[in-house]
Amino acid sequence: MSQAFRSSQGGRIDRSRPLRFRFDGREYTGYVGDTLASALLANGVRVTGRSFKYHRPRGLMAAGFEEANTLVQLESGARTQPNLRATQIELYDGLEARAVNCWPNARHDVFGFFQLLKPFWPAGFYYKTFMAPSWHLYEPAIRHGAGLGVSPKLADPDVYDKCHAQADVIVVGAGPSGLAAAIAAARDGASVVLVDDKPALGGSLQYEPGLVEGLPAADWLKAREDEIRSLPNIRVLGCTTAFGYYDHNHLLANELLPAGGTSPRQRLWKIRGRQIVLATGALERPLVFPNNDRPGVMLAGAALQYLHRHGVLPGRRVAIATNNDSAYAVAFELRKAGVEVVQIADSRGGQPAPLAQAQVLGIPVTMTCAPTDTRGRSGLQRVELHDVNGQGQAQPGTGRWLDADVLLVSGGWNPTVHLFSQSGGALRFDDQQQAFVPHRLAQAGHLVGAAAGQAERDIAVEAARVAGRDAAANRIVRELAPVASTAQAALWSVNVEAIGRGPSKSWVDFASDSTESDLRLSARENFVSVEHFKRYTTTGMMTDQGKTSNVNAIGILSGVLGKAPGEVGTTRFRPPFNPVTFGAIAGRNVGAYYRPLRQLAAQEAHDAAGAKMEDYGAWMRPAFYPQAGEQESATIHREVLAVRSGVGILDYSPLGKILVQGPDAAEFLTRVYVNNVRTLKVGACRYGLMLGEDGIVKDDGVLTRWSENSYLVGTTSGQADRIVEWMEEWLQCEWVDLDVTVESVTTQWAVVMLAGPKAREVLSRLDSGIDLAAAAFPHMSAREGRIGDVPVRVARVSFTGELGYEISVPWQYGLSLWNALLEAGKPLGIIPFGIESLMVMRTEKGFLHVGSDTDGLTLPQDVGFGAIIDKKPEDFIGRRTTMTPDGRRTDRRQLVGLAPVDGASLLPVGGHVVDAAFKAASGHTQGWVTSSFMSPTLGRPVALALVERGRERLGEQVQVFDGGKLLPAKIVSMTAYDPEGERLRM
Amino acid sequence: MLKIDCPFCGPRDEAEFRCGGESHIQRPGPHDAVSDAQWADYLYMRQNPLGWHFERWLHAAGCRQWFNLARHTVTHEVRVVYAMTAPKPQVEATEVRS
Ligand SMILES: [Zn+2]
Repeated sequence: MSQAFRSSQGGRIDRSRPLRFRFDGREYTGYVGDTLASALLANGVRVTGRSFKYHRPRGLMAAGFEEANTLVQLESGARTQPNLRATQIELYDGLEARAVNCWPNARHDVFGFFQLLKPFWPAGFYYKTFMAPSWHLYEPAIRHGAGLGVSPKLADPDVYDKCHAQADVIVVGAGPSGLAAAIAAARDGASVVLVDDKPALGGSLQYEPGLVEGLPAADWLKAREDEIRSLPNIRVLGCTTAFGYYDHNHLLANELLPAGGTSPRQRLWKIRGRQIVLATGALERPLVFPNNDRPGVMLAGAALQYLHRHGVLPGRRVAIATNNDSAYAVAFELRKAGVEVVQIADSRGGQPAPLAQAQVLGIPVTMTCAPTDTRGRSGLQRVELHDVNGQGQAQPGTGRWLDADVLLVSGGWNPTVHLFSQSGGALRFDDQQQAFVPHRLAQAGHLVGAAAGQAERDIAVEAARVAGRDAAANRIVRELAPVASTAQAALWSVNVEAIGRGPSKSWVDFASDSTESDLRLSARENFVSVEHFKRYTTTGMMTDQGKTSNVNAIGILSGVLGKAPGEVGTTRFRPPFNPVTFGAIAGRNVGAYYRPLRQLAAQEAHDAAGAKMEDYGAWMRPAFYPQAGEQESATIHREVLAVRSGVGILDYSPLGKILVQGPDAAEFLTRVYVNNVRTLKVGACRYGLMLGEDGIVKDDGVLTRWSENSYLVGTTSGQADRIVEWMEEWLQCEWVDLDVTVESVTTQWAVVMLAGPKAREVLSRLDSGIDLAAAAFPHMSAREGRIGDVPVRVARVSFTGELGYEISVPWQYGLSLWNALLEAGKPLGIIPFGIESLMVMRTEKGFLHVGSDTDGLTLPQDVGFGAIIDKKPEDFIGRRTTMTPDGRRTDRRQLVGLAPVDGASLLPVGGHVVDAAFKAASGHTQGWVTSSFMSPTLGRPVALALVERGRERLGEQVQVFDGGKLLPAKIVSMTAYDPEGERLRM
Repeated sequence: MLKIDCPFCGPRDEAEFRCGGESHIQRPGPHDAVSDAQWADYLYMRQNPLGWHFERWLHAAGCRQWFNLARHTVTHEVRVVYAMTAPKPQVEATEVRS
């Protein structure tokens, strides 16, 4: 297919470099300098998408960010990207894209029958219809019919980067005003970052005719480009879209890099500016009238862009409908390019300034006239016009049809205030301009050009220079003064009631497929707030964030509600201004770089032993060590029995270790622990709990006193960093008079847990110089020694219920220690065991695991620390909360053991404990199972549970409810294994 | 993202910090001399002002020191950065917009 709509000359394209591309399965050609959109238009492709809800055929309606109809799935496989606007894709050779939301393609879409359902699909339809019993039941089917593009199924092969920068002045937008501001700021010595989404500078100068400061636009632009090249303090970021304006002038922008090659695919820029100058231009409003969504109805300004930027003619017979002067210039340029302009319908009365030139060119202009309907299969063929009065009401008996293949519309211009609104800036409705314009600034910066509501180019450029100098000098502007402008007449919608029709097909938001009748319906249903209208009708809720619809919607609501548009108000714009890929947001933090890897000192030995590594919070740790062909449960069974009957070792290095030192260390720890700390002697260990100030059990572990003023706090492995930070907070913010330092030494010491009745015998084979005899080195004590030159610390503690030692050496000796213990234990049948086996053993023994057996409501008295607290005289963190009426309640859930009555059924973790008489599935829960395992040692299941009044109910029979089933169980002691603790004292 | 001027390290991105909430809250004690109401007030009741808020921040990915600052809850302007032990400073009233 030839490029039938390509102009014979002009446009910033390279006609010597054709590009081949495919759209919806068909092959086309375009040129370097095209976007996908301009190339489609050049090839006469009119239907480029299907609408979101009703699958109505749609065509290109804009040329930039605001395109609401033409969303495509770009490429396929791992590099596919959904929902890109065709207007924002620079064409390249071999590009492949298809329209989203249609099947098999935009021309023939099987879901097109949806539009017949339109009368049954009003505003709030989803909320009203699909609620019983649950929205989630309907969602998959609806999403299939009304979905947009599909996300990639394969891993992204590309790399994305993040870059940080700072500047005295950031300028967003490289149109005439942005260029003037950036150059003025740089001339005054400021460092400047100039951000623009296009590859070339110039913005509207690329396509708008006329002079700038007496020079042809191209010459003026050339001079500015030369000037920028001569200023080393201006950094230009092209192909970079600023999408987020956050607190303290923090600007986020996304840079697209050329496909292929070795560079990253995109770069996410985080730029901090002392001042930010917004030169973001303006967006044109469509006109709202029946069937205004037919392919071929396009924004007038977009046609000008296609003509002069890309050398593409929008059609052959062009009609124009406008309520302002700007569309006349488009008519004149099209006429110059040889396009027949059959009619300008101007809704205003009077004699607009460009009327004379239109008459000179012989372009018919009809005043007080507006479109009221369109016709045409797969694209516009005819436009109906009516006379309208000052309120935009079509007058009966004035209708006539006009043949045209394109209708260019202009409903006026809105300053592009999205970033300004994100920054916290407040808008004001300007009656003169009939638009929301920036008013009060919340952050240090300026607005220039059309973004400030400034329509006169030369005046805007001069004002931008002043703003650039002000920004360089860091002058603060709080409020923008109104700019002088000619009076504009609003035409929020063409009212067709008087000619006996309704607004059910007068589209307001093309992207979300919502109409003027949706807005009117929601007003009838008593919605009042503009935020509610937006959500109920979904107007402005799609990925274009209502760039072409919001202000028209507010205008229509102002009429319906009888309020001025300024009183209706606007919704706050949120980032991102333009969609950003997840790849750019993730940057390099993917795969192995998702978070820093923490590796055990003896990792090499675990790998060699075939350990099954699993993610336990901050660390990858051996879960168990399966032998060839061995199932997980069999491995755990074997490991547990080996430890209970002989000896095993476990890599315990991730154990949190915090060194607490200083003259006030004991005082500090007394305030931190539930337990009595003052009575702890040098060389002794004590198991203790820490609470938050809310009384909830925060962490547990073993506290060791190594010397008079030096303690080692043990924490659970995932908590060490948080506990250090928490202790620092108390010391720095509350108890500033205490002379204490805290320091995390978790990764300074590698730790091996040695457990089992033969542990002492194994340890004695390493010459540490420590007397291991039970009397000299009893349970819950710690000793220092040396193995050769290496300092070693040994704590006799146990989390398995067996005789146990935790042996610490400097981290770099972790692997040597591991190997030495394995070697020493070989004659005794030593085995390595993993976390899963440890969890089984501690449950058999009834040892608490914070986070499993406690939750966000568990107080220390619930887990058996009531008596310890009673005996402690001092205050400690959280103590007062344990004494509140809720803390003293007698029906609190307490941690107890639970045994199945049949002696065989595993009680499900999370299963609810109910009383023996319980029948139905709804009712009062008395607690739940927190830990549960099949005990290899006892040959029956063991479980722990939080149960109401659990401790006074020992022996009582209850039931465990899970998934509709009830299992009889008995409340028993927490300690199923070795209740006397004899094995710990061996 | 706020820009916070750490008194020890200089201006840094908010991502390096952690907010510890309202500052200048006196911990009542000891436990046996505090009423339930006093304790609840200490634990849960916060100012939530429209205007200047005095709060404590930790430079977690930096010097790991806590300090206080005054932040405007509407504009997010950070006005005064001061030591943990310093008294609450006077901050001039600012026009509040919402
Ligand atoms: Zn710091």
